[in-house]
Amino acid sequence: MCKTKTLGAVIPPYHSVQDLRMRYNVFSLIKNSFSGHKNWQPAWREPQPKSEYDIVIVGGGGHGLATAYYLAKEHGLTNVAVLEKGWLGSGNIGRNTTIIRSNYMLPGNNPFYEWSMKLWENLEQDFNFNAMVSQRGVLNLCHTDAQRDAFARRGNAMRIDGVDAELLDREQVREMYPFFDFENARFPIKGGLLQRRGGTVRHDAVAWGYARGADSRGVDIIQRCEVTGIHIENGKVVGVDTNKGFIRCKKLGLATAGNSSETAAMAGLKLPVESHVLQAFVSEGLKPYIDGVVTFGAGHFYVSQSDKGGLVFGGDIDGYNSYARRGNLPMVEHVVEAGVAMIPSIARVRVLRSWGGIMDMSMDGSPIIDKTPIQNLYLNTGWCYGGFKATPASGWCFAHTIARDEPHKLNAAYRLDRFRTGHMLDEKGQGATPNLH
Amino acid sequence: MSSYRLDKGGLIDRTTELSFSFDGKPFTGHAGDTLASALMANGMTLMGRSFKYHRPRGVITAGAAEPNALVELREGGRKEANTRATMIELYDGLTARSQNRWPSLNFDVGAVTSLASSIFVAGFYYKTFMWPKSFWEKIYEPLIRRAAGLGTASRLPDPDKYEKAYAHCDLLVIGSGPAGLMAALAAARSGQRVVLADEGARLGGSLLHEREEIDGKSGLDWAAGVLAELASLPTVTLMPRTTVMGWFDGNIFGAVERVNDHVAVPDPYEPRQRYWRIIAKRAVLAAGAEERPVAFGGNDVPGVMLASAMRSYANRYGVAAGRSVAVFANNDSAYRTARDLKAQGVHVEVIVDSRMDASADSAGVPVIRGQQVTDVSGRKGVTGIELSNGTHIDCEALAMSGGWSPIVNLACHRGQKPHWDKSLLAFLPPDNGPGFTVAGSAAGKMLLSECLADGAAKGAAGGKPVAVPNCRDEGFAIAPLWWVKESHGKAFIDYQNDATAKDLPLAAREGYRDVELAKRYTTTGMATDQGKLGNINAIAILAEATGRSMDEVGTTTFRPFYTPVSFGAFAGPFTGHHFQPVRKTPLHEWAEEQGAVFVETGLWMRSSWFPQDGEDWLASASREVLATRNGVGICDVSTLGKIDVQGKDAGAFLDKLYCNTFSTLAVGKARYGLMLREDGIVYDDGTTSRLADDHYVMTTTTANAAKVMAQMEFAHQALFPELDVTYVSVTEQWAQMAVAGPKSRATLQKIVDGLELNDQTAPYMAALEITVMGGVPARLFRLSFSGEHAYELAVPADYGNMVARAVCQAGEEFGIVPYGVEALSIMRIEKGHVAGGELNGTTTAGDLGLGKMVSAKKDFIGRMMAQREGLMDPNRQCVVGIRPVDPTDRIRSGAHLLKRDDTPSMANDQGYVTSVAWSPMLDMWIGLALLANGRARHGEVVQVWDGLRGARVMGEICDPMHFDKENKRLHA
Amino acid sequence: MLIPCPHCGTRPVEEFTFLGDASVTRPTTNDPSSMEQWYDYVYLRNNPRGRFDEYAHHSGGCRSWLVVTRNTETHEVYGAVTARDYTRAKGARA
Repeated sequence: MCKTKTLGAVIPPYHSVQDLRMRYNVFSLIKNSFSGHKNWQPAWREPQPKSEYDIVIVGGGGHGLATAYYLAKEHGLTNVAVLEKGWLGSGNIGRNTTIIRSNYMLPGNNPFYEWSMKLWENLEQDFNFNAMVSQRGVLNLCHTDAQRDAFARRGNAMRIDGVDAELLDREQVREMYPFFDFENARFPIKGGLLQRRGGTVRHDAVAWGYARGADSRGVDIIQRCEVTGIHIENGKVVGVDTNKGFIRCKKLGLATAGNSSETAAMAGLKLPVESHVLQAFVSEGLKPYIDGVVTFGAGHFYVSQSDKGGLVFGGDIDGYNSYARRGNLPMVEHVVEAGVAMIPSIARVRVLRSWGGIMDMSMDGSPIIDKTPIQNLYLNTGWCYGGFKATPASGWCFAHTIARDEPHKLNAAYRLDRFRTGHMLDEKGQGATPNLH
Repeated sequence: MSSYRLDKGGLIDRTTELSFSFDGKPFTGHAGDTLASALMANGMTLMGRSFKYHRPRGVITAGAAEPNALVELREGGRKEANTRATMIELYDGLTARSQNRWPSLNFDVGAVTSLASSIFVAGFYYKTFMWPKSFWEKIYEPLIRRAAGLGTASRLPDPDKYEKAYAHCDLLVIGSGPAGLMAALAAARSGQRVVLADEGARLGGSLLHEREEIDGKSGLDWAAGVLAELASLPTVTLMPRTTVMGWFDGNIFGAVERVNDHVAVPDPYEPRQRYWRIIAKRAVLAAGAEERPVAFGGNDVPGVMLASAMRSYANRYGVAAGRSVAVFANNDSAYRTARDLKAQGVHVEVIVDSRMDASADSAGVPVIRGQQVTDVSGRKGVTGIELSNGTHIDCEALAMSGGWSPIVNLACHRGQKPHWDKSLLAFLPPDNGPGFTVAGSAAGKMLLSECLADGAAKGAAGGKPVAVPNCRDEGFAIAPLWWVKESHGKAFIDYQNDATAKDLPLAAREGYRDVELAKRYTTTGMATDQGKLGNINAIAILAEATGRSMDEVGTTTFRPFYTPVSFGAFAGPFTGHHFQPVRKTPLHEWAEEQGAVFVETGLWMRSSWFPQDGEDWLASASREVLATRNGVGICDVSTLGKIDVQGKDAGAFLDKLYCNTFSTLAVGKARYGLMLREDGIVYDDGTTSRLADDHYVMTTTTANAAKVMAQMEFAHQALFPELDVTYVSVTEQWAQMAVAGPKSRATLQKIVDGLELNDQTAPYMAALEITVMGGVPARLFRLSFSGEHAYELAVPADYGNMVARAVCQAGEEFGIVPYGVEALSIMRIEKGHVAGGELNGTTTAGDLGLGKMVSAKKDFIGRMMAQREGLMDPNRQCVVGIRPVDPTDRIRSGAHLLKRDDTPSMANDQGYVTSVAWSPMLDMWIGLALLANGRARHGEVVQVWDGLRGARVMGEICDPMHFDKENKRLHA
Repeated sequence: MLIPCPHCGTRPVEEFTFLGDASVTRPTTNDPSSMEQWYDYVYLRNNPRGRFDEYAHHSGGCRSWLVVTRNTETHEVYGAVTARDYTRAKGARA
C-alpha cells in the first residue's frame, strides 16, 4: 500500500446554530488566500431537524429557499425548516437555462414578474453572494406580421406599466446579430421585441445565496430529508413524516416544482398540473459569440451564452408526462434544427451536454401561489418552464402568503380555484392543454 | 521540443507525406497520424492553454477524453473550435490554430492570472465583483467573458452538408476492441443483424496500440482476421469513425458518423457527418476503460501524459514523448509501458511505483518502489521529476497511471448509477437488463482473456457460443493513489477547467459537500471532456475530505452526449430554406402568373398582394379592394381547412363539435359555425355546408386546420365512439377561390355549366354541386367574407389553375383583379368579421359578439365551462370597432386603450387593438379592438396608446362593422 | 421512445401527440349541478410518478387516438390500445 500524508482530519458537516458567516468581498478573499483558504466558514449548516417548527417548507430548490429567506428577512419568522429530499438546489434551480425577464402582458402576471426583476436587480447586494445577475437583454424574434402585432400588444402592456420594451425592425436585429440567417431563411426575421433589462443569472448561485442568507438568519436547511407523508387533523396540517422522522409544524408550504402533484397527493389534493420534461443543452465553451438572450420565433429554440463561454439553449418540452430528468432524441433534433435555421454558422459548434428538468405544466401556463382548502397548507406550483425568473418574487409572495395567511396583491391572481371560476391567466391562449403552454 | 518520430514502427504510412500547418507554421506528417501525433513527431509538445490560468498544455491522452490539446481546425465557414487534436486524422492541407491564448501559444499574456491564483480558488467569483453594483455588466463581466471560453466559433454559414439516417439491428456493439470484436463475432456467426460501431478511424480498439498476443498472432493480426470475417457476412455493418453518443428510451442509440472529417473538403453530394438513430434489439457496450491521471504538482506540464497514451503514441504512431522517459503509476501498467517504450527504442529512465510490493517484468528499467512523484520541473516541457523522498530525476517526459475507469457513460444515460468496486478501484456499470449489457473492461474485466470471454458471452447472450481464443495476459494489480499531497505545485483534477485537488476539500469545508454541489462549485467535470479523466479522482478526494465511502459520494450524473456532437449533425438537412417544408396551394402557379407576392402563413405560401407598376403593398391592396368592391375580384382561399364529413350521424357529430346546430341545416345550404374548446373558449370558426343528408363539408381557418382535425378525431374516437361518422381532410384535394364583388355572378355565370345563377338557384348561403367549363366537377358556395355579393368556387386541385385562369378571362370585361390576403384582411376588417387577431385563444363567443350562436338546447364541446362566472363577466373585453377621431391619424395593431383622460398604467388598461387596416372605402385607418365592456361603449372616445412606438392618438369606439352596416352589398 | 400502435406496429415517439391523463371521463349531463364534475374533467389530472394511462394521437401515422400505458419515471411502455376500445371498456366498467 502506498502511504500518503493526509492534510488534516476529515471535514465534518457544520452543525452549530451560531451565526459565524463572514461577509464575502474582495478583502475577505485576499485575507483568506494568505491562510490557504482554510478558514472559510461553511456557507450553511447541516443541522439535524428539530421536532417542531413554526413553518416547514417542502423543497429546497430556488423557490423554497427564497421563501425561507424572505420569511426570515421580511417577516422575522426564523423557526423555519426547509426540507430537501436531495441536495440543496437539486431541483429546477439546478437545471434551468438561467433566463430572467419580465415580458408578460396579462395584468395578473406582469406586476409579479416585474417585481421579480426588481428583486433580481438588487439581489446580490441583498444576500451578499455574487449570482452574476447580468442584464444582457432578451430578444424575441418575429417572423410574421401577426407575431409582430402580438409583440406590439405585449410590449405596450409592458410599457404601460413602466417595464422596458422595444420593438425592433429587421435592420435593428441585424445590427445586433449580423450572423443570423437574414438571407436564406425559410421564415425571414422581420424584427423582434427586446427587453434590455432581461438577461441571465448564474442559477446555482441563486440557490446558494438564498440558502446562506436563510441559514444565517436561523432557518434550518435539511438536505437528504424526504417528506413521505402529510399529517392532517381536523382539516388542519399538523406535520410531516420524513425519512428523518416526524416533524411537527404550524404551517406547511409546498414548493416542490416538478413533483407537485405527488406532494399534494399526500394531502389528498388533485392538482390542475401535469409533469413534463424539458430538455436543455450547453455547447462547448466559446469566446463571446452571442451577447444576450435570443428566442427564435419560427421554431423552438432560444439561446444565451454563459460567462464560462458555453451556449446555453433549449426549446420545447418533450410533450409527454414524465418524471425522468432526461428527454429523447426527437426533441434534441427539433431544437437544434431550429438553432441552425436561426444561426447557420452554429452548425460546426458542438453540443456538449443535454439534461432535463421536470416542469409543473399548469392548465393555463401560469403558476399557483395560494392557500389550499386544507388549513395551514400552502401551495406553490405550476411554474411551467418559467420558474427560474420568478424565483425571487415567488419566494417573496409565498412567504407573504404563509406569514399573513393571505395572498399579496402581486400573487392575488395565482389562485388555485381560478379554473373553477373561469379566471384563467393564459398568456398563450392554449387553454387546458398543459403541453401546449 | 523533446518529442520525436521514432525510426520505425507504428500504423502510419511513412511513404505518404502530408503537409499541414499549426499556428501558421508548416509541418509534415504521415497518413495514419493524428494531428496530435504529427505535432509530437515535429517536436511540438505545447498544444494549448488552460481555461483559467492559461497554463501551457500538451496532450494527456491519445483519444476522445483529451482535455488539453484543443485546436481551431480549418478556416472560414468550416472553422471548428475546440477540436481534439488527438482525434483529428491528419490530411494533406490541414490547418489548425491554438486557442485561448494571446498573442501566441508560446507567450500568452493571460497566464498572468496564475500569479493571482491564490485568490482565484474555486468559487472565488461568488464572493466578489459585487461592488460597485454597476461594475458587473460594464467592467467585470466583459473581462471575465473575454478571458473565458475556449476557441472562437465561425460567424460564416457552414458550407458542408449533413445527413440523418436510421438503422435497425439485432445487436449493436459499441467499441471494436477485443470484447467488442468477440461480441460481434458471436452474434454475427449465428446470423444476427449486427452493427459494430467505433469512434476510431480504424476498427480494433486497444489492439491498435497495445502489444498483445492472441491465438499465437499479434493482437493486430488477430483483429484483422476477425474484421475480415465480419466484413464478409451480409448481416454485419461495420461503422468506423462512428461515435455512439447517447442511449435513449426504447433502446434507441444516437450516433454520429464522421464521414468526411478526415478530408479537407467533402466531395460534392457527400455529407460531412451523418447522424444515426440506431434502434437495437440488444446492445453490448464494449467501450473499454479510460486511464486515470494522478494528482501531483505539475501533472499538467507538457510531456506528462497517461501511460497508455504514451504507449499508443509509440506503438501506433511511431512517436516518442521524449528522449528519456519516466513512468509513475500505482498499478502494473507501469511495467508494460516501460517494456513497450524500450522495445521501440525509447530510453526509460525509471519506474516510480507508488506500491511497495509490486513485482512485474520491468525489462531492466530501474524501479523505485513506495515513492511518489510530488512535482514536475519544467514549464512548457518536462525537465525532471521530484520524488517524495526528495530525489530529483532528469527526464523529458513522464508517463502516469492512476488506474482504470470503465467507460460506463452510455450505460448510465437513462438514469442508472454505477457502483464502486473496491478491488478494481473502479465504478462498474449498473445492470440494465438483457437489452443493454456491458462487456470487457467497460464492465471491469481488466485482463485480455476476460475481455475476450466476456465479449463472446455477451454477444452470444445464450445463443450459440463461439470459441474464445487463447491470449497472453498482462497483470492488473492496483493500490489506491489519488492525490500526492506533498506536492508543492498545482495538482490538477480537471485539467481544462484548472480545478485542482485542493479545490475539493475547500468546497467541502464551505458546505458544498454533495458531489453535485462540489462539481458546480469547483467546475470539476464540467469541461469539454465532462469529467472523463478527472471525476473519479475528484470523488475519491471528496470522499476522503468528508469521511464518506466512494459509493456514498457517488458519481455525478452521466448525461448525453458521450462526446460533443456538432449542431450540424443533429440538424441534418433541415436548415436554411429547408428548415420546414413549403406548402403551395393548387392555385400557386396561377398566382405566380398574376405577379403575386407570397407570404409565409404557417407552412403555406399565400398570395399576399398582386402589385402593378411598382406599387407597394398598401397601394396594391387598396387597389385590389376598390376593384373588388366596384367590380369583381378573385382570391385564392385554398389554404382554408376542408374536412369531408359523412355518415348517418354526421349532423349529430357536428352538433357536438360546434356550439351552434348543424343537424338542422338544409341540404344545399351552408352555415357559419363556431367551435369551442372544452374550456368554453372559442377554438375555430368557418362555414360548413350540407351536400346530402349524410354528407357535410366543413371549412376551418388556415391556422387551425390540423388542430381541428385532431380535435374531431379525439371527440369521435375517445368521447363519442358510438357515432356512425367518418371524416377526412380534403384541404389539399380542392382548389378554392373566392370570387367577390357586384360582378361576381356575371363572371361565374360564364363558366358554370347549365345553371342560371340567381337568388333562387343560388341564394345567399347556398352550397351547390355543379360542373364548370363543360364538365369540371365543382362546388359553388354563395358565401362572403368581404361583404360583397360573393361566391367560393371549389374544384379538384388539378383543375385549379385552369379554372382560375378561366374565371379571370370571364371577368376581364368587368375588370376582374386577383386579390391577396392583405386585401382580404382589409375587407374583413371593414366588415367587422373576426379572425386570428380576435380568435386568440382567450375570447368567448360572447366576447366576439357571437353569443347568440351558442345553443342552449344540446350538449356540445365547451358548453358547460363557458358558463363559469369569469367567462360571463360583463366587464370582459369584447370586440368593438375603432377608428381615429382625426381621420388623418393612424392607429396600429397592438396599441392599448385607455380612457380619455387616464394616465398609462396596467390598472387603467382597457384593452388593445387586435387588427387594423387602411380602409380605401372609408379613406382612413380602422380597426377592431378588444375593450372592457366594449359593447356598451360605442361612441366613447379613448386613447389609443402605443408607447412602444411613441404614439398616442384619440380613437372612437364603434360597431365592429365599419362598412355597409345593412349588408346591402351582400344581397345585391 | 417507441410506441406500439395497434394498427401500425412499433413506431417512434415523434409520430405521436400526447394529451395526458386518459382516466378522465366526460360527464354525460349538462345539469348546472354538474359543474364540479365538469371542472374535474377539464382541469384536474392524475399525474403519477410511475404507471400511467395517457391519450396519444398517432398524428404522424394512422391518426388513431390511443391510450398508452407507460411508466412516467422509467419511460417503459407497457402497451397501447385504441381510445375507442378504452372508452368503451370504461363505459362498461362504469
